[in-house]
This record gives sequence, C-alpha cells and structure tokens, in this order.
Amino acid sequence: MENFRVLVVDDETDFLETIIKRLKKRDLEAEGVSSGEAAVELMKERRFDVVLMDIKMPGGMDGIEAFRALKVLQPLTEVIFLTGHATLESSVEGMKLGAFDYLIKPVKLDDLLPKLAEAFRKKNAHEQKIKNYKIQQLIRHPASIFDLEKDDFLPNE
Amino acid sequence: MSPRPSDGTQLKKSEISLTMYRRLRLNIILLILLISLTPFLLLGGIISHEYAFMFRNGLEKQIKYRARVQANSVDLYLKGRAAILSGMADLHTMNSLVEEEGLARLLEIINIRSGGFVDLGVIDDKGEHLAYVGPYNLQGLNYYNQDWFAEVMSKGFYISDVYMGYRKIPHYIIAVRRRENQHAWILRATIDSDAFNLFVREAKVGETGDAFIINREGRFQTQPRFHGAILGESGLNPSLFGEGTVIDRRTEDDKTILLAGSWLKNTDWLLVITQDAAEGMSAFLKTRNAQRIYMGIGCCAILLVTIFTTHLSVRRLEKTYQRRGEFNAKLLQADKLAALGKMAAGIAHEVNNPLAVIGEKAGWMEDLLEEEEFRGSPNYQEYKTSLEKISLHVERARKIIYNMLSYARKMEPHLEDINVNDVVNQTVTFLDNLARINNIKLETDLQPELPIIAGDQAKLQQVFLNLINNAMDAIGKDGRVQVRTGNENAHITVDIRDDGPGIPKAMQRKIFDPFFTTKQTGKGTGLGLWICFDIIQNMGGTIRLESAEGEGSTFSVALPIVPPQKK
Repeated sequence: MENFRVLVVDDETDFLETIIKRLKKRDLEAEGVSSGEAAVELMKERRFDVVLMDIKMPGGMDGIEAFRALKVLQPLTEVIFLTGHATLESSVEGMKLGAFDYLIKPVKLDDLLPKLAEAFRKKNAHEQKIKNYKIQQLIRHPASIFDLEKDDFLPNE
Repeated sequence: MSPRPSDGTQLKKSEISLTMYRRLRLNIILLILLISLTPFLLLGGIISHEYAFMFRNGLEKQIKYRARVQANSVDLYLKGRAAILSGMADLHTMNSLVEEEGLARLLEIINIRSGGFVDLGVIDDKGEHLAYVGPYNLQGLNYYNQDWFAEVMSKGFYISDVYMGYRKIPHYIIAVRRRENQHAWILRATIDSDAFNLFVREAKVGETGDAFIINREGRFQTQPRFHGAILGESGLNPSLFGEGTVIDRRTEDDKTILLAGSWLKNTDWLLVITQDAAEGMSAFLKTRNAQRIYMGIGCCAILLVTIFTTHLSVRRLEKTYQRRGEFNAKLLQADKLAALGKMAAGIAHEVNNPLAVIGEKAGWMEDLLEEEEFRGSPNYQEYKTSLEKISLHVERARKIIYNMLSYARKMEPHLEDINVNDVVNQTVTFLDNLARINNIKLETDLQPELPIIAGDQAKLQQVFLNLINNAMDAIGKDGRVQVRTGNENAHITVDIRDDGPGIPKAMQRKIFDPFFTTKQTGKGTGLGLWICFDIIQNMGGTIRLESAEGEGSTFSVALPIVPPQKK
C-alpha cells in the first residue's frame, strides 16, 4: 500500500485513538483530532492527502463546516465522511459539496482502506495533472514563477 | 401489539353511528315534511273551506231568491183568484146568483178563464149559505159564528188557512164581500187544493228539493213531497224565518237540509223551499274531491322526494364521515409509527458510535494478535475466534440498525415541492462514484420542464437510490444504467433501465414482496423494493417491472401530477 497522509476527525476519542493506531500499523501517516476547529488549525500547518471526517461533532464547527474550511486550505485533499448519524440530507449535501464518499459507522477497516487508497489515487492524479499543466506553462512562459509543490493553482479546464 | 381497536369496539361504534344516522335521517325527514306539508295542507284546507263557504252562500242566496220569487207568484195567484171573485161579485146581484143556474154558470166561466175553483157559494149577511154549486152538499149551513165570516164582513176580503171544515177534507177558501143597497153578501169559493199544491211545488229544485207552505202555527198548508201531510205538523218554527232567512235542519238520516222561507203578503202563510245540501253542493263536492286527490298526489310527491333526497344526502354524509374516520385512523397510525420511527432512529444513531468503537477495538486487538509474542500463546486461536465473532456481530448489529433507519425514514411523511428531474440528478450524483468504480455508465435522459409535484422528496430519493442501486447490483461490472423521465397521461414517469441479466419470470411476481431477495445472503435484506413499492403507492403512483432474461430489466415509476398547494 502506498504511504499517504490521513487525518481523522472524530469527537469519539476511543474510536479516534484506535483507528489511528490501526492505520499507523498499516504504515499510513495518520493523525487524529477531535473537533472541526482543531482539524482546520492542523491543516494550516500540515498537508494531508485524505481526511476522514465525522459529521456530528460538539463545538462550533460540524463536519460539513469543517469540510468547507479545509477545502479552502487544501483544495485537492479528498474528504470521506464517516458518521454514525447518517441522514439522507447530510449525505446528499456532502456529496454535492464534493466529498469523495459518505460512509456509515461502523465500517470494517478492510472496507475502509480501499476507499482511502482510492481517494488518495484520485488526489494524486489530480495533483499530477496540475503539475503537468504548470510544467507546460513554464515551458511556454519561462518567466513565470510556480511552486510545483503547492496546489494553489487550479487549471481552467 | 396492535394500535387498532378490537373488533368488538369497532362493531359497537358502527352500531352507534348506524342508529345515529337513522335518527338523523328520521329527524330531517320529519322536519322537512313538517315545513313543507303544513303550509301546503293549511292552504288546501283554507281554500277548500273558503270555497265551501262561497258555494254554500251562493246556494243559500239561490234558494232565498227562489223562495221570494215563488212567494210572489203564489201571492199573484191568490190575488188573481180574489180579483176574479171580486169582479164576479161586483158584476152580479145577490139575487141573480142565488139561483143555482146562475151560480153554476159563473163557476163554469171562471174555471174556463182561470181554473182552480172547486165550488162557489153565496152567503148572506146572516151567515146563511143561500146558494152553492160544487161537489159537496153545503147549502143551508150557517157560517155566522165562524171566524172567517166576521173577518170577511169587516175586511171585505179573506183567504183562509187550510182547514177540514164541514167537508172533512183539507181545503182553503177565498171569500169576498159585496155591498148591495143596505145589505152585504159574500161570494165564497173553494180553491182546488191539488192544483194549488202543484203550483206551489213548481219552485222545488232537483231530486230532493221541495216547496210547500206552512201557516203561523207551523202546519203544512200544501202537501209536502216528503215527510208529512197537509195540515200536519211541519216541525218548523215559522217565527225563525224573517224575510229570506235560511236555516239548516238535520233529518234523521244525517242529511243537511237547507230551508228558505218567504212570507206571503196576502195571508199569514210562509212559503218554504227546501233543498238537500248534499245535492246542492254536489258540484262543490266533486271539485273538493278532485282537490283532495291533487293534494294527496302532492303530499305523496313531497314525501317521496323528501325521503329520497334525505336518504341520499345522509348517505353521502355518512360516507364522508366514514372516509374521514378512516383517514383520521390512518393518520393516527402514521403519527404513532412516525413517533416510533423517530425514537428508533434516535437510538440507532446513538448506538452506531459505540458500535464503531467496539468494532475498532476488536480490529485493533486482531491486529495485535498477529504479533510474534501473541502467536506463541496457547490461547491464540481462542482469542482470534472470539475477536472474529465480535466483528461479525458488530456487522450484524449494523445491518439491523440500517434497516431500522430505513424503516424510520419510511415513517416520516412530509410534503414539499418536488422537481423529479432534480431528485434524479441528485441521486445519480450520489451514485456516480460507485458506477465509475464498477465501470457502469450511468446515463440520464430527462425531459425538461416537468411539472413540480407535491410529495416527500427524501422518500422519492430513497426510491430512486434503491432502484438505481439495484440496477447496478444486477449488472455487477461493465454495463449501462439509463434513467429516463417523461410526462404521460397526467403522470410523471421515471424509467430505470439496466442491461443486466434480467429477472426470471417466476421471480418477477414476487419481486415487490417483503424479504424477497435475489442477492447473496447477507447482501440484501429483501426490503428495498418492498419499501419502494410502499412509498410510490402512498404517493398515489405505480411501480412496474418489465424484464426478460438476458435483456435486462426496466423499473417504471409513474407518479400522479399532484400540484403543490399555494402557499
């Protein structure tokens, strides 16, 4: 399995700790935070490939709001919602916003891992596309300055 | 536990309402009949009464008039006889009439000229009957002490009541006085009673009418047609008759007889005309009978129409209430289930989180069990099996909760404006990923500008989600699912077509039954299509399946166009 960075956001600490340990055991770089605000703060400093996000969380920021905030910080990062409080409305809203998937707890790790990997591949592909575009732009306009590592530029397809 | 009342209470209830409607029906019928029949009958009665009064009045007027006219005629008749006698007396001397030959000639002449005289007699001022011609032997009788003699001698003119006299047969006389020199004599005639009777009776009317004369004592002066004989008691009180009074009299056989009397001018006689009221009123009675028949028909018509319309409207009312009752019962049922569903959903949500923790902890322990130090443990296999069992039952609980949530969702009805195309689009977006992973083309062919309908959007979405998901499940990998919307026959149609293996004929019948599934054990609950069917049916629509093995399946949903209510 590829090595990628996963952020798990869940207010249920028992669940959070355990899933982080299990992901790390599978050689993934996994971090956990227990609120939407903490997730946003963390993502201001560190980059993640995939975020596993609970929807119903205490505090000012629920999963949907946190999703909106972190998409501004890291647009290419894929988000999978994972919630016990599954409603059709929240799932439709999540999908409309552009979440990668919407899963209902409990989920077997064996079912979850392929989803994570798939999300990562999608993010990677997207990133690669942008890199290629930037390279082309550089070739055409050598004077331009791009940071190839930063995904701050989204091509107009 | 059934929220419905037991059959016993239901039966009682319906019995109560049955008597209630019966009473209501009866009350309405009685009220309408009272309101409509009372004025109808009252008017009929008043008209009938007024008409009877008018007719009776006319009848009375008529017989009064007849009585007056006939009284005049009788007066004239008597006056005529008296005038003839006076003339004859004036033209003859007593001596010329005392000879029987002369008197007989005179009787003959006056009978030829006017008729009605039975005999003639000459009486001197001493009351001696000097001469007589006629069928009786009266010559030589003395009348000096008789009342009439004194009266005729003083007044000069006299018409008697009917009396038996010396002849012992009923008769009446007319006598006139003549003064000749110092002496007075009297010419006296007997009037033919039969002829007079007939003359008087000419005024009678109809089959039952009569005309007769009575004197001041109420005795018959002419022979009545019925009941009684001349000089007999008439039973009438003449003092009750003023000029033209009509009085009723009831006879033994319960008939009403109308009587009108008119006093004669020359004598103290009362001419009476009688008529059977029934005969006189026969024309009126005919009219009244016709009126009664028409009124009877009218009453029957009112009765029938009242009963019919009341029956009709009460039945309609009954049905409306019955429907409302059923609807309320359904609503109550739905309400209860919705509350139950909400509670179940709340529990399910809360249970999901601890379940996830259990699952993860068990998973973590399984992970750790694979490490070297544990592998050597004598109970390694026991641990491993137990943890697997925990995982298995977490999964089982998850499925139960999932179904519970589906059921709870089913119980929450709420009406909103639905754009079916939007719902299809949202659902397709939701399933896009799954389709891409399995290399299934999820295509839509949506008819633009479908009418907005009222319904439960979430439920409709659940239906589409289920149907499209099923279609993709049927295909497995590599295929095509088409979703087409349209507007036909006042219904919005949504066809979901897949090019999967199709459904065998034998299974098609059972496809919408609960707990029927073609999926692998553990993959489907068999409730999806049943729930879909239920939702669409509740929206008033239909859901059909067309499928042939090897050619794929098409689920066709038709939703009635129920316009949203104006807000």
